[in-house]
Amino acid sequence: MDITTLTVHELQEKLESKEITICQITKAYVERIEQKEKEVQAFVTTLCKEAQERAKQIEEKVENGQITSKFAGIPIGIKDNICTKGVKTTCSSKMLENFVAPYDATVVEKLKEENLISLGKLNMDEFAMGGSTEYSAFHVTRNPWNLSKVPGGSSGGSAAAVAANLVPWALGSDTGGSIRQPASFCGVVGLKPTYGLVSRYGLVAFASSLDQIGPITKDVEDAALLLNIITGHDEKDTTSENREKVDYTNCLKKEVKNLKIGIPKEFFGEGMNEQVKEKLQQAMQTYREMGAEVEEFSLDIANYSLATYYIIACAEASSNLGRYDGIRYGYRTKNFTNLKDLYRNSRSEAFGPEVKRRIILGTYVLSSGYYDAYYKKAQQVRTLVKKEFEKAFEKYDILLTPTSPSVAFEIGTKSNNPLEMYLADICTVSVNIAGLPGISIPCGVDSEGMPVGMQLIGPRFGEEVILNAAYAYEQKIKFREQYQAEFKGGVC
Amino acid sequence: MKVSKEEILHIAKLANLNLKEEEIDTYLLHLQDILNFANIVNNAPIEGLEESFGVNENQNVFRKDEIKVFENTEALLANAPEKERNMFKIPKVIQ
Repeated sequence: MDITTLTVHELQEKLESKEITICQITKAYVERIEQKEKEVQAFVTTLCKEAQERAKQIEEKVENGQITSKFAGIPIGIKDNICTKGVKTTCSSKMLENFVAPYDATVVEKLKEENLISLGKLNMDEFAMGGSTEYSAFHVTRNPWNLSKVPGGSSGGSAAAVAANLVPWALGSDTGGSIRQPASFCGVVGLKPTYGLVSRYGLVAFASSLDQIGPITKDVEDAALLLNIITGHDEKDTTSENREKVDYTNCLKKEVKNLKIGIPKEFFGEGMNEQVKEKLQQAMQTYREMGAEVEEFSLDIANYSLATYYIIACAEASSNLGRYDGIRYGYRTKNFTNLKDLYRNSRSEAFGPEVKRRIILGTYVLSSGYYDAYYKKAQQVRTLVKKEFEKAFEKYDILLTPTSPSVAFEIGTKSNNPLEMYLADICTVSVNIAGLPGISIPCGVDSEGMPVGMQLIGPRFGEEVILNAAYAYEQKIKFREQYQAEFKGGVC
Repeated sequence: MKVSKEEILHIAKLANLNLKEEEIDTYLLHLQDILNFANIVNNAPIEGLEESFGVNENQNVFRKDEIKVFENTEALLANAPEKERNMFKIPKVIQ
């Protein structure tokens, strides 16, 4: 048995029956990282030695009965924009290359309370800006299904690490699709929770009104389990909602009879890859066979949402990234004679081209003379998008769309054309604009064997309905039993 | 809307960024491309709609204004690019 191919709920069963031990699990992952990480390059920082030491301590405490958490000793990977006390949090940027957070993010505190073991920090597009992980200042992460292709992004390291069995599960963050799209490209499950369900305290801010932390896992049950750990009100994040805690595994019923599924036809428009479309149509057919009511309808917001997303996200980013001035932390230039030069040169030398591009765009749309034309309009479109989704959910329980118009693309083919890269986010950004939950699950592979992702969108705090629908489908098609990442192709 | 070279230099200045001569044209081109696309928002049926600043209910979240001391100053200062004794060091501000 290869421990690293197991899901977390399978690991829990085997720990329970004493078939395996906590130290064996960590050791299996450390060996897997030693063997495969050089091909995938999913990590920025690995914590192999620390993880094995921690495993020993936790195993002892579990045996003594000092720890009773059912997640004790389960390893995890964490995206490198989530603060971890005493371990570097780089955001894959030269700006934070040596930054060590003095505190843990709330989600990391929650992982520690359950005695999970961190295997390291995962690569991403710099400051989470991008959809391919090519904009990492350190290295490009490769797609474990085909090493010449991108893993998606910005949580590309998280998705690739899960797909390559380097970690059993991981945390990512999603501002415009950064959990769902890489999950789709890497054939794993990615859930963006409703805005406000998970605390953002300690998540390095990109666009604060859109950012949300969520799970990337091998299957839907694991996504529900990890969501159980990380949700909850946090007084340190005033946008986190005070709601009763839910056990998300209770909703996994395999039953979708009479579930009303809306298919927004505009999400299947121009530029959609034919094979992606075909897989999605098969998925709709599967839902029909399971007794769901599947109906096409018009939700004409996809293009508006995308334009609005780039205006709002860049505006917020230009403001959030204003804090990097080379004074208290982060990169400081050697080339300055006065304070103004220090600010300017530090920022210019340490931010990568995509980050600068978005800061410039954000500053432009917020500057006097253009505020009304862009930012104000975008905020009004945001109201429109929210209202249109509300209308759709009066009629349907969930919406079904592709996660991305394409499968994973070749490394280097889009990184020089920002607009083309932005257009690929067409199916995911509206979910962030409206603060809704969305999940991506694999629904097949194309003729080259690359995974295709399906996105299910729910109403606000409708995690249970999308998790159940995803679970029912997953149990029916059994993707993981048929397909696995094969590490095709050499390093180019 | 057409963006001029002067405008992009002004924006870069506002954002505290220097642009090298060879970067200016690239950023200009990209900004123009993205803005052309973003103009779609002008065709959206938004008349009479309020602006949204987020997705939460619009309500203030209050807490008591109490000082909480962060004890671990060492960890904070460990990130300082330059420090002296217990302080962050910056260049002279008043000339």
